[in-house]
Amino acid sequence: MSELLNFHFDVDGSDFTSAGQASIQIKKSLRRLGISPEIIRRVSIAMYEGEINMVIHASGGVADVNVTEEAITIILADKGPGIKDIEKAMMEGYSTAPDNIRSLGFGAGMGLPNMKRYTDYMDIKSEVGIGTTITMKVML
Amino acid sequence: MKISTLKELLEAEVVCCEELLGDHVYSACGSDMMSDVLAFVKDQAVLLTGLVNSQVIRTAEMMDMICVVLVRSKKPTDEMIDLAKENGIVLLTTNKRMYDACGILYSNGLVGNKLKEQ
Repeated sequence: MSELLNFHFDVDGSDFTSAGQASIQIKKSLRRLGISPEIIRRVSIAMYEGEINMVIHASGGVADVNVTEEAITIILADKGPGIKDIEKAMMEGYSTAPDNIRSLGFGAGMGLPNMKRYTDYMDIKSEVGIGTTITMKVML
Repeated sequence: MKISTLKELLEAEVVCCEELLGDHVYSACGSDMMSDVLAFVKDQAVLLTGLVNSQVIRTAEMMDMICVVLVRSKKPTDEMIDLAKENGIVLLTTNKRMYDACGILYSNGLVGNKLKEQ
């Protein structure tokens, strides 16, 4: 399984309005690789939701995307507060985001479910007080 | 529906990407919650929203949407306009309220997509 490309991004947690820049960048790069629009859309939506989550909950983090001939893997890691109850967090409509985030159009409890919806594989490793690492894979 | 028709129906003003008014939209979505918009893929769609921040345009871009309508006479920020131009998204504003704007488009044949999970 030869790696075609690796991308690394620092996700700035201080500015909500700029969240999503890494996802837009990935979308453009995947387009240049000639990957199908549907796959690109799934990868970029999943990553965008993850980026938004890192900004809302964890003051940012890092995003790594690996592209091989078989799959696109997205790894999002933060040193935020961690997820207390992953099962609950995966339920549509469940959110711990503050009210001011809802007025910005997010925090509807759809982020993690959307990430799962658009990817073929998703794994959440989280420890309260330490941080969260989410790995997602979209098969090509 | 041509975006130019949609503009006439909503008596909307064009903020940017006027050159793309001849493009067609095939479905629509009305919401102020961007995660709800992101939940279901629509085919070459228009987004109607009362939310004003740059995440509206980013959400539209992620979903490959080609037109965004701001309802209730909301004015876009400069950053939104720049992002819309960069990504070729027609940005419109209308003084109609969300319910009315959606109703006008729906009754003129522009329906929402079925809830089709990816």
